[in-house]
Amino acid sequence: MDTMTQTPPDPRDRGGRAQPLLIARDLRKYFRVKGARTGAVVRAVDGVSFTLFKGETLGIVGESGCGKSTLARLLLHLLVPDDGALVFDGDAVAEVHGISVNALRRQVQMVFQDSYSSLNPRMPVRDSVAFGPYVHGRSRSEARDVARDMLVKVGLNPDLFGPRYPHELSGGQKQRVNIARALAIEPRMVILDEAVSALDKSVEAQVLNLLRALKANFNLTYLFISHDLNVVQYISDRVLVMYLGSVVELGPVDAIFTRPLHPYTTALLGSRPSMNPAQRIEEPPITGDPPSPIDPPSGCRFRTRCPYAEPVCAAQAPVLGDWLDRHSHVAACHMHEPASGHSKAPGNA
Amino acid sequence: MDGNFPPAPANLVEVEDLTVRFVTREATVHAVNGVTFNVRPGEVLCILGESGSGKSVTLRALMQLLPPRRTRITGRIHIDGQDVLTLDRSALRSLRGGLVSMIFQEPMTALDPVYTIGAQITETIRRHKPLSSTAARNRAVELLELVKIPSAAQRLDNYPHELSGGLRQRAMIAMALSCGPRLLLADEPTTALDATVQIQVLILLRRLQRELGMGTIFVTHDLGVASEIADRIAVMYAGRIVEEGPVAQVLANPLHPYTQGLLASTVHGQARDRDIDAIPGSPPDLRRLPVGCAFAPRCPRAGMDCRTGQPAERHPEPGRMARCLRVAESVFV
Repeated sequence: MDTMTQTPPDPRDRGGRAQPLLIARDLRKYFRVKGARTGAVVRAVDGVSFTLFKGETLGIVGESGCGKSTLARLLLHLLVPDDGALVFDGDAVAEVHGISVNALRRQVQMVFQDSYSSLNPRMPVRDSVAFGPYVHGRSRSEARDVARDMLVKVGLNPDLFGPRYPHELSGGQKQRVNIARALAIEPRMVILDEAVSALDKSVEAQVLNLLRALKANFNLTYLFISHDLNVVQYISDRVLVMYLGSVVELGPVDAIFTRPLHPYTTALLGSRPSMNPAQRIEEPPITGDPPSPIDPPSGCRFRTRCPYAEPVCAAQAPVLGDWLDRHSHVAACHMHEPASGHSKAPGNA
Repeated sequence: MDGNFPPAPANLVEVEDLTVRFVTREATVHAVNGVTFNVRPGEVLCILGESGSGKSVTLRALMQLLPPRRTRITGRIHIDGQDVLTLDRSALRSLRGGLVSMIFQEPMTALDPVYTIGAQITETIRRHKPLSSTAARNRAVELLELVKIPSAAQRLDNYPHELSGGLRQRAMIAMALSCGPRLLLADEPTTALDATVQIQVLILLRRLQRELGMGTIFVTHDLGVASEIADRIAVMYAGRIVEEGPVAQVLANPLHPYTQGLLASTVHGQARDRDIDAIPGSPPDLRRLPVGCAFAPRCPRAGMDCRTGQPAERHPEPGRMARCLRVAESVFV
């Protein structure tokens, strides 16, 4: 993170180093269930708050249906939040005196999991990469130069790969093109939504190395969404754990992986295969599947699978605590909330 | 074939020099190129490989599930003494689901969406065993209890879409086990599951495999999954097994440069401030395979000798095999 001090200040950096690049406050997005009984809604994102500091990589982990991809789309206003606020470098997003959605998208780009469906199949990949700069005001020839340059930066020879169509590239090469396209308009922040999950392990390692190098070169801030805890541990500075639409734990990567606070984080870490046949996992850390985000459990949403659940967990939803601070390690769990009524709560023993 | 094959061989599965080609007008895809392996009764063999390595095609060839018109299979496949490649259609139908059954990656597409899981399991049972529909239904309840589906009797009347991903995969395992197969073929059955569910299904499969004494061939791309379930590992690259051996030894001391590269590039606890040792390049085009070792273009230790012909099997230790010129033959240190 300290590489930022050596580079000249970014003219777009309005708030200064201490100002978080992005603050998300109490974001909510509910989807109505079509054809179901009236009033059934999926609470895909239900009160998510976090900060993203300049130059860091924030990893977001969680199982399918936890809302991590919906959250990513809310941040770019690809889905409009039902409630909550977004502040980008001190400016409120889509507010009268704030930053417009278009201006936000010039500074925040996204790379998706499916590298094929996110490229236009009828466009040579160099045109896909040039499209962003062109739409955002560069001339055609300038945009073409930017595309050439970006393809080189992601390790693809522009003369060899530029004229090709997406179906002529391998999965790893397509994902490199998607990264080049995201970086072509010089964003300050990139959202990587399972960007390496569909790749083979040997290619995944190449792309992770590339992402690290690009981040240093372009002073980027990453939001790295993944279900793979090992990858998140490798690439993130801080980690946010989601379960059924809400944040259950947030903290620095080493703290999360060595001293997890929330029982769900513990279970998630304990579910990782050991990579050692002599130390196989004999008992699953938790049983059952995550419940449906339609009508989630009352109170703490994890209580139906939690080995420590008590009556207070059904009665009251736990709160996350101080999520604004860069160094705080917090969990939404009654066991860590003083005088919450849980027998394991601090000050209750 | 010729009648002098022993009736009860020591190996449950014997595959010898299996090749599978897909022939279309434009090109011939060399998916599997001379694969030889054995599985003993009650043993778990993991076939490990990346996409396009031929691991799933090998598995499907064992059950003759590849499209017959476009597929050219040569070699020898014996399962429990039966020569699979010479079986007629009705013999194959008794083999599938009876002696051998298979579980797939995506239970939503492997199960029929318009029948309840109970109907699908009882259909399988009654196809292979002379049971009344009540007896088959009772057996189906037992099976759902065996795979730890809560309130099994009610779940029998659920359609696949009414179950969660983990329960659906358990239902498919129940169906696969319904006729007591001696060989279970598993094609990435836990890949589509969430982490906390994946480990539950892996532990369940491991327990059932041990209790029922099934030989199992488990195809996966995930080293972690292999380390949880395999007795032996066969690593495939470009349609060939490049390394084979007991799981602990292969993971602790890989012989083939590809296996070494795969282990190094799998992210698990590497130093955060350093690059991962990735394998450069990408796998070869299966329409135009190189003459020599298929991994040579990406291999840090390749020389001219690697590009002239296929490296033969080498056995540096008992039970271990690698197809690499850089692996010493039979040296015991």
